[in-house]
Amino acid sequence: MTDERAATVERVSASAVPVRGNDVDTDQIIPARFLKAVTFDGLGQFAFFDQRFDSATPKGSRDGDGDSAAQSAAHHSSGQRPREEAVGATDNPLEHPFNEERFAGASLLVVNANFGCGSSREHAPQALKRWGIDAIVGESFAEIFAGNCLALGIPTATLDPDSISSLQAWIERNPAEPVTLDLLEGVLEYGDRTLEVSIDESHRRALTEGTWDTTSLMRSNRAAVDETARSLPYVQTESTDGDATGADR
Amino acid sequence: MSERTLYDAVWDRHRVRRLPNGRDQLFVGRHLIHEVTSPQAFGMLEEREFDVAYPDRTHATVDHIVPTSDRSRPFDDEAAERMLAELEANVADAGIAFSGPETGDQGIVHVIGPEQGLTQPGMTICCGDSHTSTHGAFGALAFGIGTSQIRDVLATGCVAMEKQAVRRIEVTGDLGPAVTAKDLALSIIRTLGTDGGVGYVYEYAGEAIERLDVEGRMSLCNMSIEGGARAGYVNPDETTYEWLAETDAFVDDPERFEALRPYWESIRSDPDATYDDVVEIDGSAIEPTVTWGTTPAHAVGITEPIPDPESLAPSKRAVAQRAQKHTRVSPGETMDGYEIDVAFLGSCTNARLSDLAAAARVVEGREVHRDVRALVVPGSQRVKAAAEREGIAETFETAGFEWREPGCSMCLGMNDDRLVGDEACASSSNRNFVGRQGSQEGRTVLMSPPMVAAAAVTGSVTDVRELEVPAR
Repeated sequence: MTDERAATVERVSASAVPVRGNDVDTDQIIPARFLKAVTFDGLGQFAFFDQRFDSATPKGSRDGDGDSAAQSAAHHSSGQRPREEAVGATDNPLEHPFNEERFAGASLLVVNANFGCGSSREHAPQALKRWGIDAIVGESFAEIFAGNCLALGIPTATLDPDSISSLQAWIERNPAEPVTLDLLEGVLEYGDRTLEVSIDESHRRALTEGTWDTTSLMRSNRAAVDETARSLPYVQTESTDGDATGADR
Repeated sequence: MSERTLYDAVWDRHRVRRLPNGRDQLFVGRHLIHEVTSPQAFGMLEEREFDVAYPDRTHATVDHIVPTSDRSRPFDDEAAERMLAELEANVADAGIAFSGPETGDQGIVHVIGPEQGLTQPGMTICCGDSHTSTHGAFGALAFGIGTSQIRDVLATGCVAMEKQAVRRIEVTGDLGPAVTAKDLALSIIRTLGTDGGVGYVYEYAGEAIERLDVEGRMSLCNMSIEGGARAGYVNPDETTYEWLAETDAFVDDPERFEALRPYWESIRSDPDATYDDVVEIDGSAIEPTVTWGTTPAHAVGITEPIPDPESLAPSKRAVAQRAQKHTRVSPGETMDGYEIDVAFLGSCTNARLSDLAAAARVVEGREVHRDVRALVVPGSQRVKAAAEREGIAETFETAGFEWREPGCSMCLGMNDDRLVGDEACASSSNRNFVGRQGSQEGRTVLMSPPMVAAAAVTGSVTDVRELEVPAR
């Protein structure tokens, strides 16, 4: 099996959308009831669902129907933005940037502190990605969330709180203007401004070199893995029941 | 950077190699999987035509979506049935051991791992669930991971990670009467913040920690993620070993137990280890603690006034203001007397036998308040059976609690156990986020199992120390 190189992510230049608030947890990004599916298909339309709509579930996707073929066919990997039809007439839209037409094409998300805290569900970045988000800039990120973003090739970059506030206000005034995150230079450009951003160095390298997907690479040195296993006293490499518990099954 | 800590010792022994992007390829000694975050990972594996590399280091159960009432198959909930069926097919294909509902071993993944001896000191453990930090109670390095990383562990037996800093949290003094590991966890998160642990792994140490039993240590390590730390651990000691000796892994194999003990001893943090940060907490100052808001850091002692958002750091004010509006509390009052509609005793934080036993002692001879719906959801089928043998179940049922089948249940409302409308819930779970328990208007008050019991019988948040409770 040869090692597939993941795509390189060097810069994201796109219109942006601000989602304000500290401690936005992954239950808010994607409520648990939308996790009742065996694929990630169709998750995009449910991003921030309970912040965007005043109803329990969208029409035609009552619990357990979240991955219905009709929904997934429309958006799965197509890069298409989910459209209104996914949401039934019973849903009363609330005020939320993801509901605003002026941010409809945005691919760069700008958030505040401790974004993505709580549950480790990869469904959160999956939902954002499927909605159309390619990069996230914020004050700080919860660790597992940032790692899950990396696994999907989504860079997460941080700036100080004041810079984020200014950026969010600027986006509100200039929703159609591009914001550019340059991973090679480690900067964010918007309007006539250029700011230095912080990006975890191993994430930055993984994205710019296209080495963020290391499954094949890690799989390619099974000999070293097995050697590590032999060096660990607790690993039972030749157990009879194929399981270290010794329990009757 | 830290040196000679358990984290350093275990990490170094499990590092397979440095990856070109600067991360480490870390060997995973135990991979626990469940029905919500694994199906997509198996799908990714199939796409790439990879097999599960080490099925014998992998163990599965079903917990998030299982009903806690009627368990007959197929489940009424089609989505839940589909998820369980998918997991059953995946584990059968790969030859992965599965603690399913018919085995008597099913339960919340962070309850069954330890009780079956799957969790051991000096192991690296991964699971697609943020509360995997629970297993650190044994001196394991245990990380919650996302689905793409589950794919990695299935395909390679390893995970790509960067090493983090280590913060030692030293808890001095004795915990007071009726003060549990849960109260300690909430106090720590309140002190350090929900993002205070970002970039860190927490080492819990000090006399109060040494005196905690293993199940208390699990509750504490479980909540590490709520403080932003990806993992938390307690150095293994005689308390750990005594508990381990009784698990499936060792109960019939004392030789293996003795053979592993030197390894367990070797990974303990050195007395002169170097830490990136040290925080001291006075355990004797902690009282029964409950939450007043919508993050686990919104915690307060039961006799203490709820803080004024204006008194908090500027970055915390807006969230606190919204939270107080949501839970309908005012600064200056205490949580004592806050009326509840539901009492939930369960979750990977607090649904082990000792948690249920402590709550049952409060319930003994009392009745659930007439306006309260109270349910007990044991952490596993084994916990449930033990509680039934010991009369704990009977105590709850006599008092008017519903006695349910094991699962994650109302902690996150992925099955039918949810709050309705603006119900307020006294909950032994771990997250009080808006909407977490299945209703956007629902209000969650986190607390220890004895405090949940006290709330259930009085109808409102109550200082359990004011109720007559028999000693063990």
